Amino acid sequence: MAERYYTETHEWVVVDGNVATVGITDFAQSQLGDVVFLELPRVGRLLEAGDTFGVVESVKAASDLYAPVAGTVVEVNEALSDAPETVNHDPLEKGWLVRVQLNGDLGAGFLDEAGYQALVDAGSSH
Amino acid sequence: MPYLVHSPDDRRQMLEAIGVGSMDELLVDIPGRLRLAHLALPAGLSELETMTQVGGLASRNRVYDDRLSFRGGGVYRRFIPAAVAAVTSKPEFYTAYTPYQPEASQGTLQAIFEFQSLIAELTAMDVANASLYDGATAVAEAAMMAVVQTGRHRVVVADYLHPEYLEVLRGYAEGRGFEVALGVDRLGEDSAALIFQQPNFLGLLEDPSGLTQSAHGAGALAIACVDPISLALLSAPGEYGADIAVGEGQQLGLAASYGGPHVGFIACRRDLTRRLPGRLIGQAHDGQGRRGYVLTLTAREQHIRREKATSNICTNHSLCALAASVYLTYMGPEGLRQVADVSFQRAHSIAARMSALPGVEAVFPERAFLNEFPVRVKNVEQLLSRLDAAGILGGLPAARWYPELDGVVIFCCTEVNDSAALDHLIAAMAQ
Amino acid sequence: MSEPLSIERSRPGLAPPRLPEAGVEALAKLPAGVARRHRPGLPRLSEPEIMRHYSRLAAMNYSISENFYPLGSCTMKYNPVLNEEAAALAGFAGLHPYQDESTVQGALALMWHLERALCEVAGVDRVTLQPAAGAHGEWTALRMIQAYHLARGEERTEVIVPDAAHGTNPASAALCGFKVVEVRSGRDGRVDVADLRAKLSPRVAALMLTNPNTLGLFERDILEMAAMVHAAGGKLYYDGANLNALMGICRPGDMGFDAVHMNLHKTFTTPHGGGGPGAGPVGVKADLVPFLPRPTVEREETDVFRLDFDRPRSIGRVRSFYGNFGMLVRAYTYILAMGGDGLTQASQDAVLSANYLRRRVEGLLEVPHAGPCMHEFVASARKLGEHGIRALDVAKGLLQRGFYAPTIYFPLIVPESMMVEPTETESKATLDEFVDALADIVREARENPEQLRREPTHLPVGRLDEVAAARQPILRWVSEGDPG
Repeated sequence: MAERYYTETHEWVVVDGNVATVGITDFAQSQLGDVVFLELPRVGRLLEAGDTFGVVESVKAASDLYAPVAGTVVEVNEALSDAPETVNHDPLEKGWLVRVQLNGDLGAGFLDEAGYQALVDAGSSH
Repeated sequence: MPYLVHSPDDRRQMLEAIGVGSMDELLVDIPGRLRLAHLALPAGLSELETMTQVGGLASRNRVYDDRLSFRGGGVYRRFIPAAVAAVTSKPEFYTAYTPYQPEASQGTLQAIFEFQSLIAELTAMDVANASLYDGATAVAEAAMMAVVQTGRHRVVVADYLHPEYLEVLRGYAEGRGFEVALGVDRLGEDSAALIFQQPNFLGLLEDPSGLTQSAHGAGALAIACVDPISLALLSAPGEYGADIAVGEGQQLGLAASYGGPHVGFIACRRDLTRRLPGRLIGQAHDGQGRRGYVLTLTAREQHIRREKATSNICTNHSLCALAASVYLTYMGPEGLRQVADVSFQRAHSIAARMSALPGVEAVFPERAFLNEFPVRVKNVEQLLSRLDAAGILGGLPAARWYPELDGVVIFCCTEVNDSAALDHLIAAMAQ
Repeated sequence: MSEPLSIERSRPGLAPPRLPEAGVEALAKLPAGVARRHRPGLPRLSEPEIMRHYSRLAAMNYSISENFYPLGSCTMKYNPVLNEEAAALAGFAGLHPYQDESTVQGALALMWHLERALCEVAGVDRVTLQPAAGAHGEWTALRMIQAYHLARGEERTEVIVPDAAHGTNPASAALCGFKVVEVRSGRDGRVDVADLRAKLSPRVAALMLTNPNTLGLFERDILEMAAMVHAAGGKLYYDGANLNALMGICRPGDMGFDAVHMNLHKTFTTPHGGGGPGAGPVGVKADLVPFLPRPTVEREETDVFRLDFDRPRSIGRVRSFYGNFGMLVRAYTYILAMGGDGLTQASQDAVLSANYLRRRVEGLLEVPHAGPCMHEFVASARKLGEHGIRALDVAKGLLQRGFYAPTIYFPLIVPESMMVEPTETESKATLDEFVDALADIVREARENPEQLRREPTHLPVGRLDEVAAARQPILRWVSEGDPG
């Protein structure tokens, strides 16, 4: 199974061939609370790493989504428009957000699972 | 002192409970050089004296008889049912706060939900918000929605949008960084929206279907600024396919009050809902299945989204929206139509009688109007002062905003101008 | 207790209200193609039914006329009934905004005198009365600051906002095209001066600040901060949400603020109306005066007033006409009745009451920042977390006991925050009853948290499912629009 990479802004990436699937982490969904709406990009949109590509909204909060990779959006999880709660129930699998065809390499600066867990633990201690 | 509740003994007890000897000990964080010795304002007055002073100022103003007022330009005399003030003067409504705690605010929440519904019905749009400040800021907010939605940075304005709305729009555009271009011919691939007013500032009817098609043809949104009472007779924005409808709701039960407070409204297509500024009230249910209402889609708003909010608006004009709701509920569809139709018929009657007077002529004789219309006269100043002497607030001189319309006066007529008042106006003009 | 929507009570056959007939020969016809096709789905109700409908809705509201509203930063004080009588006078309510200036001398005089009074309270040179609300005032002030810098040939692109600021601050800055730069609060709950210094640069147009801040604490270092910002060429903007702490005690203008907005619906007792209308006049120091929105009100000679439109450097209008005039009448009436001495006592009482309440609440909830406070304070319900109780539950417990709730979950820098502002118009007895209610809630949190989480139980509705409401929004009724 492909390895999952994490960002400091609480997105995850799984790469299959030259297509990256992007979602938000379990920690991110638990901080947001019940997701009520997602604003996701159109298929075909070009993303640079670090671009804001959408918004995830709960009743009392809204967070920008940052592109962890550069490339072209090739698929958007349409099922989320009717069932945004999937992001809460299954953030790492059925709650994926977009698939991006990579422009070259994955890029650098990702955390592995242990590194991300350490980031979350450090963040919740103060 | 009025409105203060503590007795000297209360104050002493409270200081004691806090554990300080004086007020000054509570103000220690304020640098000494900032402390003020006293406010240079007159000493307070008794209620009797206060009202004498305030009443004195009120009496220095001239109030024209409603029947004899023929000036509009965005603020109109209309019959206001007694029910409106009876509802808005209920302290449970006017002294409540923004309904943050829904369990203790269902009255306000349901009233605003009804306002949203009434505006959506009137404009034939999918969704309306809980209200805005006024018609001018409603136009500006709609323009900003269009800029965000289309990613384009030019907003085109058709001729004779209310000049003050245009001025306010320009200020918002300058701050937010988009361009305002005048004239439908400026519409192009770079346009975010076309804004037009129906009827326009002169009272003339536009072709809203044609304008909407032009906007859509350029890939821009169509923003219709509409007179809410006119919508009883005229095609509604939703009927001709406008994307956003805005307007000023003063005519729906609010006093002229020297220009405010009144109420702006904004309504849109469903897919633009999340771009709306300000409060939105939605239906919800509690654990027992009881229906109630809550502030909803709040993640658009400034208190959550901060610098990324759709707008900075926080306060709406709830109490004015309540007045509008009572007004529309009182009128019902037939009553509203009657009000609009009586205004329409009387305005056309008086326009015809005016045109028959020597020295008065229609300015755009080929253009249709509803209940406000421009005429050209020989001497505006003289005419208005003659009317004034007869107790009449005459029409609005257009040259103040449009130099090319020198000699033009815009008259308006509503259901409050009865036939005796119309005769009086014609007699005074004929002198 | 519930009330159907007006449309659900509507009866199709009901006769419309009696209205005048045209009384002229009905000659006019609308041109083809502009007429409405479908009649709007407005309800049809008789007047008795309408009055009962709205009376029932009114009965479902808490309001300051009946309940204590300890909403922090909202200044829910008593709304004098005299204000309402004044604003309703025909000599004010009956004025058309385009009447000749000679016929509205009383209105212009009122605006001129109100401006003078607000200048005195805020310590500024001129005030515009046009902005319709606080956020609108913020935006107006930033536009003036933007115009000021541009006039000097400086394009400054950043506005500094504290992390504890009201959400309107960054939203207003963004609406003016500024980039928002956040400055941290220090451990004592005040702006971290070192962090501010680090963020100042020639790019900074303004610092937006509330003082006392949203924790109710006076920014002791304000003079130093003002000097720093001015030295960097920036302006200081004062968010007047908390001005009720300061009347007659000290003035934003003297602290170094260049622009100050005031909420007439907070400090100057105009009613909140369930969310507005308010009024947000903005005061400025001399170097921003040329940029004021137009028109301004000027006094020509003793007691002759005029509107001045000829202001070439003005940022233009910020709304139609001259502001929420009816609110200006109310505020002026209040200021006349209170006088300078009364306003000073009002602010002192507001500070006294907040400190008294703070001292009493300290025994029940955590109050994380050291006092004394000004007109409000922030408590935290964090420690009730061990019983599974959150600030939201405490708020609902207060509703259960006949009080409105404090502002909760704001400011964002205090976890489970509850911001409490008692104002000067709540008696000591009311404050004591509030403390008793809070004590009862804390007891219930420990002994029966399940019960507390069910509250309120006696209001028209219990806790509503906001998640479902936001996922599938129902924002209006749907009627069977009948053919016109």
